[in-house]
Amino acid sequence: MPNFLRESLHKRQTVLDSVFRNLTRFAAFSVLGLLAAIIASLVVGSMPAIHAFGFGFITSPEWDPVNDQYGALIPIVGTLITSGIALLIAIPVSLGIAIFLTQLAPQWMRRPLGIAVELLAGIPSIIYGMWGLFVFAPLFADHVEPWLNDHIGTWPLIGPFFSGPPMGIGMLTAGIILAIMIIPFIASVMRDVFDVVPTMLKESAYGLGATTWEVMMKVVLPYTKIGVVGGIMLGLGRALGETMAVTFVIGNAHELNQSLLMPGNSISSALANEFAEAVGELYTSSLIELGLILFFITFVVLSLARLMLHKLQQREGHGA
Amino acid sequence: MVPNMFDLYLRRRVINSVGLGVSVLAMLFGLFWLGWILWTLLVNGLPGLGMHVFTQTTPPPGSSGGLVNAIFGSLMMVVIATFIGTPIGILAGTYLAEFGQRGWLAPVTRFINDVLLSAPSIVIGLFVYEIYVMKVGHFSGWGGTIALSILVIPVVIRTTENMLRLIPNSLREAAAALGTPQWKIINFVTLRAARAGILTGVLLAVARISGETAPLLFTALNNQFWSTDMNQPMANLPVVIFQFAMSPYEDWQSLAWAGALLITLSVLILNIVARVMFRQTPNSH
Repeated sequence: MPNFLRESLHKRQTVLDSVFRNLTRFAAFSVLGLLAAIIASLVVGSMPAIHAFGFGFITSPEWDPVNDQYGALIPIVGTLITSGIALLIAIPVSLGIAIFLTQLAPQWMRRPLGIAVELLAGIPSIIYGMWGLFVFAPLFADHVEPWLNDHIGTWPLIGPFFSGPPMGIGMLTAGIILAIMIIPFIASVMRDVFDVVPTMLKESAYGLGATTWEVMMKVVLPYTKIGVVGGIMLGLGRALGETMAVTFVIGNAHELNQSLLMPGNSISSALANEFAEAVGELYTSSLIELGLILFFITFVVLSLARLMLHKLQQREGHGA
Repeated sequence: MVPNMFDLYLRRRVINSVGLGVSVLAMLFGLFWLGWILWTLLVNGLPGLGMHVFTQTTPPPGSSGGLVNAIFGSLMMVVIATFIGTPIGILAGTYLAEFGQRGWLAPVTRFINDVLLSAPSIVIGLFVYEIYVMKVGHFSGWGGTIALSILVIPVVIRTTENMLRLIPNSLREAAAALGTPQWKIINFVTLRAARAGILTGVLLAVARISGETAPLLFTALNNQFWSTDMNQPMANLPVVIFQFAMSPYEDWQSLAWAGALLITLSVLILNIVARVMFRQTPNSH
């Protein structure tokens, strides 16, 4: 091949190389652009509400479309309480599932059981919501809530949280449904995290005569602490932003109640119920500001989760 | 001393059995909900699932009908959203895996992408409402498609990067040694080798968006009639299920159950197919 031809061929390939590289770089950059656009559009959209209410928006419990007065306190509190209940239930259960899957289950059971847990995570959230409204809530109202009223409801201090009319829908039900939803997420992260513990470390503990439980509590958990917390935060991020499962069962009442059995509201269910029908600039804008607050909270929680999981991965790299 | 030692051993053994017993219970607890939810879906959904579901459009309250317009709308939006989101996701994932060794762009993108992966989908709905629905002035099928395609991108990026990282470097080096330019190495060697894994990611993304309701509520909304116009509000299964389930009419509720069963079955089948496919990939090399 003549030299000049080879040179032009080479040049063409260099050009194609840089075209392709810049194409992929542009795609990667578009992810950052997407995030910036989301934040910018939410901020712009909530400007009227920010101007009208200022910081008082976060602390005001008022939500009155008739008089155009809006405050975010009730949905924020509802979101935090339901997610808190969900975590209280989901943490011990997912820990148990992860221990079972990594330490106890015979080898042939691990894969199918792991898939079953992941399938539970794959079920669309609207299905959880429907199931919660039609199946779980009536059972809960007939059998569990009267019992809660009679037994725990009379206790001092925590009693008031558990007394109220047994309606089935409310904050507690929403929290329980959320827990069922996030258990598979947390459990599968914990399982992956437990799998990074070097076998040598575990075997040394077994060699010293430790029981399986002791190996779990004194070797595996301390080694993976940060990853476990990361997994929990990941589940929390899911719970905070979950919409459909909560919307069906929380009751959608803009009320602040001490009792967990009473209906409440969360940021995402307020959006789901009211946004499409909201009229007036201030109403729409207040709902968008709710969305901005939700995005901010979940962004912080999810970032912390990723940082923690990343830290564990780095240590795994150094340890090997 | 001896009885004391014995007590200690006994106590440790008891704690061990109790702890492990509790974790077995936790596993059963998790499976229990999966079984219960699937059982409820079958019991309530199967009776309503007849041919009419696939041939008639959604009915006005109090009369019978089917879901064909919602099924069609969901299929349209999911398919188009997948075709929009997948190329962007694969390109960005390729950048992270193949070009991302230096500079700030790759680590930052990776981090943001992981956060977007589990960001609340209802916020994506709000975003598309602001940038698209409000500009054109009405709810539309395109709005829903855009929202869903934004949800596809992070899933595809994550799996593409992971799958490309599994490809051994020797493969790239062998191709480079033959004088292959880099764009050809990536397109015809590494991406091709990672094909099955990337397809798995796409299937998982499809499974995820087919059940998404929240982002469609303020974008595609709903349409009671048969419509193929993507510029009009478009019926889709999740929103129809939401509306019908919350309604007091029995006909509507039974259609909602039938739709819920349809969605769940398709999502579960997609998930299982994706896993089976990925399981086969290591053997084929």
